[in-house]
Amino acid sequence: MSLMHGEHAHGSGHDHEHGHEHGHGHSPYLEHHFETLGQQFESDKLGMWLFLATEILLFGGLFCAYSVYRGNHPEIFVYAHQYLNKMWGGINTVVLLLSSFTIAWSVRATQLGQRSLQIGLLVITLLCAFGFLGIKYVEYSEKWKHGLLPGKHYQPHVGSHGEEHAAGAEAGADHAAAATSAGGEHTAAATTDAAAADSTLSVTAGDHHASTDPAIADSAASAVAAVPAADPNDPLAIDPSKIAPAAAPPAGLAREVRQHEGEHGVMMEEPKNVQTFFAVYFVMTGLHGVHVVAGIIAIFVILIYSMRGLYKPEWFTPVDMVALYWHIVDLIWIFLFPLLYLIH
Amino acid sequence: MASTGMRVGSGATDAPVGYAENNFLNHTKGFASWIWTLDHKRIGVMYMWSIILFFFAGGLFATMLRTELWTPKDDIVGPDLYNQLFTYHGAVMVFLVILPGIPAALANFVLPIMLGAKDVAFPKLNLASYWLFVVGALLALSSLVQGGLDTGWTFYTPYSTSTNTAVVPVVTAAFILGFANIFTGLNFIVTIHKLRPPGMGWFNMPLFLWGIYATGIIQVLATPVLGITLLLLIIERVFHVGIFDPALGGDPVLFQHFFWFYSHPAVYIMILPAMAVISEMVPTFSRKPIFGYRFIAYSSIAIALFGFLVWGHHMFVAGQSALMNMIMSALTYSVSIPSAVKVFNWLATMWKGSIQYRTPMIWVLGFIWIFAIGGLTGLFLGSLGTDVHLHETYFVVAHFHYTMMGSTFLAFFGGVFYWWPKMFGRMYDEKWGTIGALIVNIGFNATFIPQFIMGSHGSPRRYAHYLPEYQPFHQASTVGTYIMLVGFIICGWVLISSLYRGRKAPANPWGASTLEWQCTSPPPYNNFDEPPIVPEDEPYHYDHLEWDPELGGYIDKRREGSPAPGAAVEAAH
Repeated sequence: MSLMHGEHAHGSGHDHEHGHEHGHGHSPYLEHHFETLGQQFESDKLGMWLFLATEILLFGGLFCAYSVYRGNHPEIFVYAHQYLNKMWGGINTVVLLLSSFTIAWSVRATQLGQRSLQIGLLVITLLCAFGFLGIKYVEYSEKWKHGLLPGKHYQPHVGSHGEEHAAGAEAGADHAAAATSAGGEHTAAATTDAAAADSTLSVTAGDHHASTDPAIADSAASAVAAVPAADPNDPLAIDPSKIAPAAAPPAGLAREVRQHEGEHGVMMEEPKNVQTFFAVYFVMTGLHGVHVVAGIIAIFVILIYSMRGLYKPEWFTPVDMVALYWHIVDLIWIFLFPLLYLIH
Repeated sequence: MASTGMRVGSGATDAPVGYAENNFLNHTKGFASWIWTLDHKRIGVMYMWSIILFFFAGGLFATMLRTELWTPKDDIVGPDLYNQLFTYHGAVMVFLVILPGIPAALANFVLPIMLGAKDVAFPKLNLASYWLFVVGALLALSSLVQGGLDTGWTFYTPYSTSTNTAVVPVVTAAFILGFANIFTGLNFIVTIHKLRPPGMGWFNMPLFLWGIYATGIIQVLATPVLGITLLLLIIERVFHVGIFDPALGGDPVLFQHFFWFYSHPAVYIMILPAMAVISEMVPTFSRKPIFGYRFIAYSSIAIALFGFLVWGHHMFVAGQSALMNMIMSALTYSVSIPSAVKVFNWLATMWKGSIQYRTPMIWVLGFIWIFAIGGLTGLFLGSLGTDVHLHETYFVVAHFHYTMMGSTFLAFFGGVFYWWPKMFGRMYDEKWGTIGALIVNIGFNATFIPQFIMGSHGSPRRYAHYLPEYQPFHQASTVGTYIMLVGFIICGWVLISSLYRGRKAPANPWGASTLEWQCTSPPPYNNFDEPPIVPEDEPYHYDHLEWDPELGGYIDKRREGSPAPGAAVEAAH
């Protein structure tokens, strides 16, 4: 990034001397109220940076909300983040970083007048952006399917694909616990149901210090066994016959779970208000997704104009501005990924 | 240069030298030439008329409120409609009048001219800002027929997420208006950075630009936080995600934090441009260089930065920790320092000056009086102990009307009177202009001083009914409102009639020394037919300006041989 901008100063119609050559209304790119192309470019750039500052502050509000809720209720975040798929999140991070690289290179190609290279790089950037959204769609639909939604829509249940979750047994157990409490007033339900459930779970909603048999983590099946005890009168309770036993977790993940227990001496039970995490998750990633869509539109527009040959080494402001915008979209994801997916 | 056909001067007409027959107003004709204009002057004029229109709408709501409060019982509206009236009064006045007021209308018009520039840095963004403003305003007002709104302009949760009134349209409108604000602020920051003329350093700029620059910082940095807050409120209402809903684990006080993190800096979006306008007018009408230029410049920046650190003083009784309360209280006191620096410097500028009581100066004097009261009563509220007593009383209402309405809006009107000859090329009736300004000032104080008193006696705000013991105060306040109404009608009439009957204005009727008075009145399309003389020092020196009674304005002695702008152009033709 900074390298690219360093290049601007030398590479293009940026310098004042340069501007004088083209300036004074001779350049078709010079707007009437600027004296030189250099002045115009610098103004555009400062304006863009200020706009990016507003973007940071827009997301800043959400990061602030994240901090407040995580600070007050760390157990919700530690518990709920396991439902996020680290692999897809990681792949998306790589995809976005790659797209940031290609668009930065595309700016450089514009400066050097390498039009076909520039167009190709913009196309790759676009493909990456669509790839990101595609993966996001997969992740969202998985959450949707399992009722892992914000606010009053939070009605978690294990589908027939409990094994999809990277967290394996841990998640399986949680699904089971969550399943017992499916329904609007899940916290109250959880307490009641848990009392009726297999005592090894000893789920007490809201009390994350409750003692638990560590063996549970190794055996998703025993967690699922808790389910039949669910209140039969609860219309939202899951029919246990439809729930396939969760697959045994990969060894690495199981160890991770045990380590976790070792550190905190707690078992992953569903704390109160897990929906808060999903509210934060969906709002943050959703707003980011809206920005990705806006970026796709912007990249598409400059792609069309690039194919028409609008941008020249002496004037390529829109390419540069869209690239800056795309970098901020990338940057925000760089913060979202660890804060949402990689919590301990 | 689009100066074709530019004909300036007194030749065959009665126009004084410096008046331009062909100017930005008639440069092109037709409705489309206005709604698609990229000219900052036209956008500023459109903003100004829109804002004045909304001001009268908001004033109508206020008059109805005050009329309802004539007796302790129902007079003209019931409690539900009363709640909607004070909500609309607040929302319209804040979002449609005071926030855009001075920056979008007056600064849009004069800021590029003060820099000797042809336009703001991003003219298209400027036009987009105006149309977003219009769309936002129409959306907000459309809620009137969608069930109204009764949350108060602050949209506090959890009431705003549970009431059946039209919260979403108004909040969406405020979100859109936020964009209009950001675009304006961003535009001005870039313009001030990049379009200053050669020779004009930061400390040669008019102080107006310092104030607008500081305002721009707040607009750019604070408004997005309001944006996300309102977005979350909309999401909360539509999808029930539980961010602010305690039943779902959310935190309604977080909304207050978010809201005031924007809305406290926002009151400096309101007052900083007002101070900026005053800083222009005080030296002009005192015929003296401004006292302590750098202090005034830096104090604008200081206010902008401190303004971000005091939001918690709106929430002393909202369950904040005692430590947080104390920190916020102390920081609140510290904001008063740069504000007091400004007032001190204006007074020191007037000290031993030869003060000219022209109409704009009447507004200035009213402003200083009113702002001093508004600022000092702010200290009562910033103090923890007294705030617990005064919170949610009429004392608070009176305080923020003194700062927001009395200071900002009166400065806006003062600015309108100050730049009116430049905008429209007409002089208004000085006598009636002065009378109008005086009546508004008297009416304003009559309206709100009783509210200070009854607030300190404990009268709570936002109720349609009240205890009979407060009736004398309410009646005094209502009488004041009607006096103010008369004053504003006189002012409006003075301005409108000047367009038809006013004498044509010379380039520099007040003898001000900033660049906008070097171009013709009204300015030509490109602002300057000949490059302005950029001062090498701070701009408030008046030795080179000489009153010409025949012209009815001031002549720049540095242009001997070409007595006023426009003359050279005329000679060229």
